[in-house]
Order: sequence, then structure tokens, then C-alpha cells
Amino acid sequence: MFEAFRVEALSTFASDIDDVIILVTVLVGFWFLLAQAALLGFCVHFRQRDGRKAQYIAGEGKKQLSWITIPLALIVLCDVYIAVVDGPVWKKVKETLPEADRVVRVIGQQWAWTFVHPGPDGKLDTADDIETVGELHVEVGKVHHFELSSRDVLHSFSVPVFRLKQDAIPGRKIVGWFEPTGTGTYDIQCTEICGIGHGLMPARIHIETPEQHAAWMSERSQTLLASTTSPRAGQE
Amino acid sequence: MAESAHATHGDHHEQSFFIKYLWSTDHKIIGMQYLFTGMFMALIGGFFAYAFRMQLAFPGLDIPGWGTMTPPNYNALVTNHGTIMIFWVAMPVLIAAFGNFLIPLMIGCDDMVFPRLNRLSYQVFLLSTLVLLASFFVPGGAFGGAWTAYPPLSAQATYNLTPWGAPLWLLAVALEFAAFLMGGINFITTTMNSRAPGMKMHDIPMVVWMIVLASIIFMLSVGPLFAGAIMLFFDQVLGTGFFDPARGGDPVLWQHMFWFFGHPEVYVVLLPAMGIVIDIITVFARKKFFAYKVVLYTTFAAGVASFTVWAHHQFIAGIDPRMAHIFTVTTLMISVPIAVIVFCSIATLYGGSIRFTTPMLWALAFIFEFLLGGVTGIYLGAAGADIYFHDSYFVLAHFHYTFFPIAIIGTFAAVTYWFPKMFGRHMNETLGKIHFWGTVIPFNLIFIPLFILGLAGQHRRIYNFSMYPDLAKPEFQDLRVLATVSLIVMLAFQFVFLFNFFASMIKGRKAEKNPYDANTLEWTTESPPPHGNWKELPSVYRGPYEYSVPGRADDFWPQNEPS
Repeated sequence: MFEAFRVEALSTFASDIDDVIILVTVLVGFWFLLAQAALLGFCVHFRQRDGRKAQYIAGEGKKQLSWITIPLALIVLCDVYIAVVDGPVWKKVKETLPEADRVVRVIGQQWAWTFVHPGPDGKLDTADDIETVGELHVEVGKVHHFELSSRDVLHSFSVPVFRLKQDAIPGRKIVGWFEPTGTGTYDIQCTEICGIGHGLMPARIHIETPEQHAAWMSERSQTLLASTTSPRAGQE
Repeated sequence: MAESAHATHGDHHEQSFFIKYLWSTDHKIIGMQYLFTGMFMALIGGFFAYAFRMQLAFPGLDIPGWGTMTPPNYNALVTNHGTIMIFWVAMPVLIAAFGNFLIPLMIGCDDMVFPRLNRLSYQVFLLSTLVLLASFFVPGGAFGGAWTAYPPLSAQATYNLTPWGAPLWLLAVALEFAAFLMGGINFITTTMNSRAPGMKMHDIPMVVWMIVLASIIFMLSVGPLFAGAIMLFFDQVLGTGFFDPARGGDPVLWQHMFWFFGHPEVYVVLLPAMGIVIDIITVFARKKFFAYKVVLYTTFAAGVASFTVWAHHQFIAGIDPRMAHIFTVTTLMISVPIAVIVFCSIATLYGGSIRFTTPMLWALAFIFEFLLGGVTGIYLGAAGADIYFHDSYFVLAHFHYTFFPIAIIGTFAAVTYWFPKMFGRHMNETLGKIHFWGTVIPFNLIFIPLFILGLAGQHRRIYNFSMYPDLAKPEFQDLRVLATVSLIVMLAFQFVFLFNFFASMIKGRKAEKNPYDANTLEWTTESPPPHGNWKELPSVYRGPYEYSVPGRADDFWPQNEPS
């Protein structure tokens, strides 16, 4: 039944993040079960029974306190281990910026995502840029940088299959990266409340093979060409 | 001051109802007023949860008791559900109501040291409540920018579309902070100055210590947020640009101010609930509290540490990513003092003679449920894992597993335990247990599905998931329906509590002075205590947890009994 809830891991860092999640699950799961077992076990074993008086235990002195100090020392070890494993993962996702094969621009606004893709020339801010609303097209196996900004309030650019999330802040350009490892079409979310239309700004990411991507680009370039020439003729 | 307050009590029968209840400086009456206001607000917060959960389970349905849910409605309800449950339920009930009722009774004095300030505290709180409720009836409706109120959305009416609702919401929150500052000053000063003769620092019951520590943490953390609230209010009303990047402001500044308060705030409400649980566990396990001093000083340490973790709410908010490493370490480490408190509470049960009364069930359920809330926090403290979980239903389920045990389970533990002292009568145990199971079982069935949805990538504050193909699968909807149905069942069982509460107040079995054979001072006076609390103020000879002391016939040893 849980198959429906599995979120595919489609970026080069997605499985690293999943590994942290699994590690935390194993370590805290152990302590969680141990504590619950103690709680429930004591409740059953030390329930009120005729002729049995409670013991007088102050919890003072090294011997009694070792009930607490030994588990605590182990918990500190677990915390340290989690931090040691987690640090490099965070660093990889958020602090490093591998050389980009392609740069896309992601703009949040009330209430839509706008994406600017470089056209066939591979560069932004040229005439062949492809601007879309609500759909981002990327190519599998290529390192993408995204330049994230906002036109009004805070938004958050989230792609669950990449395990990627970053807030967009008006007045700032935040650059991040991802490298898709599989193809398909998935949700892009806005995960920061951005007003009454917060629920109304879904978008989709299309992760394409090089062939699919080239086909989409040429199709878009033609419509772009058509839309920039013909309407102007019509207006005149 | 306490003298003059006492003098006012003396001639109370000549006072009109209005004078007696609106101007009374008696800590017990003020405590009750906080309790009833908090319970009333809990009903509103619960109703909001019902309304927006119905929308999530059955999108577009004409919701019985509400009507059709529009996106602005939805945002206003989730925003105010959070605001109410934390600031108008957890705070007034756990700290203000029980702080007021218990502190003078447990440390053996006749009233707070600043009774008039105490009165003013409730009046300002009542005003803040009215302002918050009024924000639902103004043009544009109530504020819907989440309880965290991040600017620029919260700062500019052109973005949030609630030109009246947003400033009123902020004003209500600021007034509420002012009210709790006044209350907190009273709790700290009274506990430090008015203890019964003989009551040393280590003879103070844990619940009193916890409320005092919570008040100190609140006092130290609320300043920046109060300043932030005024700056945000100016941005909203006067058109300043503190948080507006177009005019040189910075929206992330608000997040620092908010969470510098917001994370300590978790401990502000957690500690009183922990104290309540500790006191109840010792009484019904007939045990001395395990390692009183260790827990006390660990709690001090947790209080200090709680000021060093705030930015874990902002890992992906655009702060310098290198900061995340520091806050990951501090956040993981704060699990240690919390683990100490929980472990010592569990260790207290060892060797006990446990009576499963209704308050004891609530206290044990607190530990049982809070453990899951605590351990799931580790996922969010680890910055790498937080990238995935931030602002998902996983976060939502996590903090409900902390706040529900705190605000709801902790409150029911306290109300059922001190009810005989408050009203002089017992609550019905059978109804109490029906209400207990009818609350705790559905609670888990609400939030475990939400954990699963969060793991599956469902994000927060979305009023209709049908637009997200990955989240619109029928299996997801089944879990949403399960959570909503469980919520309705849980809310329905609250009527059992309300009936038990009010019926017992009138018709319950009469309570003696000390029905549980407890040690602490509140059980040495009449139930309910008269004005001035005792005819003759008690003296203290020992700590609060001397249960089952070897060589004594009784398994309890009241604090005021000379050796």
C-alpha cells in the first residue's frame, strides 16, 4: 500500500538526503522504541497491587544517575554522528555549485511560477530565450543552475523528486543547482505561503532526454517566432 | 501589596458581580478567568480545524456549520487556528491559568505579590482576545498569512488583501505578549519572595519551577519579537519599509526576530506541561521524583540552549548556508536536556505503585505522544534532511505531536488533577476515561496519516491538492479523509469532557482537602480554598516528593507536617 507514497529520487543529491533520513530513522527509532518499551513496561510491571509498597528512590548518587547518564552519552554520540553525516550532504546541496551546463531562471510571483530557459544558443538574456509559465523543462544528466527570485512576496521553489527546496526572496537572486538523473513529469510546489492564491500556483517539471528536450525547444522556438512576428503585423 | 489585596477580599460579599469578577485581584479568580477564556478559544480553534480539514478531505463540499471554503477563508482559518492554539490556548491555560491558580497555593502564600498587575494582565489579555475575534468581522476579513506572518506578505495590504485583518491580528498578538509579560513578572517575583517559611529552592514543586522558568524564557525572548511586531505594524499602517526590500528593508530580518522568540516559545509552553506531568506522576506512582536537582538544572540549561537554535526554522530561507552547520549541531544537542527530563519522568515510574486514574492516564499519554514529537524533530534539525521536509506535512505532524501533548493532553491532565481543588468536587472517573481514550486514539489517527503524507511530499497550507497531480492520487485522498474523520471523532468526544466538567462542578462528589494523599501545599487547605487561601499560612519542612518514605506508615508526607 505504501508504493503510492514513494517519491522517486531523481537528482544526484536526492539519495544522499534519503540516506540521512534513513540514518535518523534507524538511530532515533532505536531510542524511541526503547523509551516506549520502558514506559509501557514500567506501567504494567509497577501497577498498584495489594501489599506492595512503592520504593523510595531519590535518583541521587553516581550509581542511580548512571541510568540516565549512560543513555545520554550514547544519545550525544548519535547526535554527533547524525551531524557528521548530515553536514557534507547539506554542503553538497547548498554550499557547492558545480559548473553549469545550463542556467534557468525561476521567478515566483503572486500566483504563478515563471521559468526562463535559454534557447538554442544556450544563453540567457538573448532573443531566443524561452519563457514559460507553470512548466520547467530540463534535460537529464545536465547540471542546471537556477537563478531564483521573486517579484512580490516570499515563495519557495520546491521539487520533491529532486529533494530540492529554496525560498525565493524579493530583491535577491539566489543561485542553486540540480542534476536530474531520470526522466518524467513531476510537481513543482510553492512551499511558502504567498497569499490567497498560494494553493493555486502549481507547476510541473518536465525532465527530458536530450532528444525530447531538443524537440521541445525547436517547437517552442517556432511558436515564439510566430508570436513575435505575426501579432505585431496584425496590430498594425 | 498582598496585604491590601487580602483586605479587598474581606468585604467581597458587598461587591456587585461586576466588581467581583472584573476587578477581583484574587489569583484564583484570575486563574479561572484565564482557564475559561482559554477553553472558549480552544473551541474556536478546534472548530477552525474541523472546517479546514473538511475542505481537505472533501474539497468544495458545502461544509456543515461553515459553508463553502474559499481560498481566503482557508488561509484565514489555518492562520488563526495556529495563532489561537498557541497564543490563546496553550499560553493562557498552561502558564496563566495554572500559574495563577497554583503558584500561591503551592508555595504557601495568600496571593501574588502584585495583585493589581495580575488583574491588569487578564484585562489586557481579554482585550487582545476581543481584538483577535474582531479581526474576523472587518472589511477584507481576517489575516491569512500564516501564524508566522512573514513579510512582505504580512506587511502590505496589496499582497495579503486584508487591510484591516493583518494589523488587527498583529495588534492582538502584541497585546497578548504585554499581558503575559505582566503575568510572568508576577510568577517570578512571587515564587522568589513569598514562599512559605522553610521552603527552600529545592523544596519548590517542579510545576512551579517550570512555570517560573517558562516565564523567564518568555521575558527574555519576547523583546525582539515585540520590537519586530511594532516595526511590522509600522510597515502595515504607516508605510515604513523595515521589511520591504524595495526600500532597503529585509524580509528575512523578521524571520530572525520571530524565531528568536518562536523557538524559545516552544519551551515556554513545554515546561509548564512537563511540570504538571511530573507532579501528577509522582503522586500516582507514589514515588519520589527521580533526580530532582539534575532535572531542575538541566531545565535551566535547556532554557539557555533554546536561544541558540532558532535558525533551524530558516535553513532554506536564504540565510548564509554555512550557518546551517552551527544550528544543526545546537538543534541536535538540545535533544539531550529534553531527553533528561523525559528519562527521569520514566525512571520515576520504576519501583512505583501506579494508580491509573484519569489525570495519571493523561500524564502518561503526554510522555508517550511527546516522545514521537521529540524524535521527529531530529529529522528537521539535520539541515540536509530538512531540505526535503521543510514546510511539508511532516513538519506539521511533528509539531502537532509536540504541541498537542503540551496544550491539550497537558491541560486535561492538569484540569482533571486539580479539579477537586478548584471547584471542591470530583469529576466523574468513568466519563473521564471515556474522554481520554476518545481523545488520544483519534489524535494518533489524525497525525500518523499526515506524517505519511509529509514523507510523500505533501506541502502545507494548500486548500485543494487536486491541482497537484503527484499529490492527487486516491491513496493520498484516503489518508486525508482518515485524518478528517478522526478529527471529527476526537472533537465529538470533547463534549463528553464539557459535560463532565460542568456537571461535576454542580453535582460531583464533594472533595475533601487532600483526596489523592498528595504532599504539596495546595492540598493542605480547603477545597476550594477560601479567600486568602489558608486561615493560617503553612510552614514547610521538606521537599514536595517524599512519597513512600521507608519507616513511615503513610506513603505520603505532606510538606507542612513537622517531622
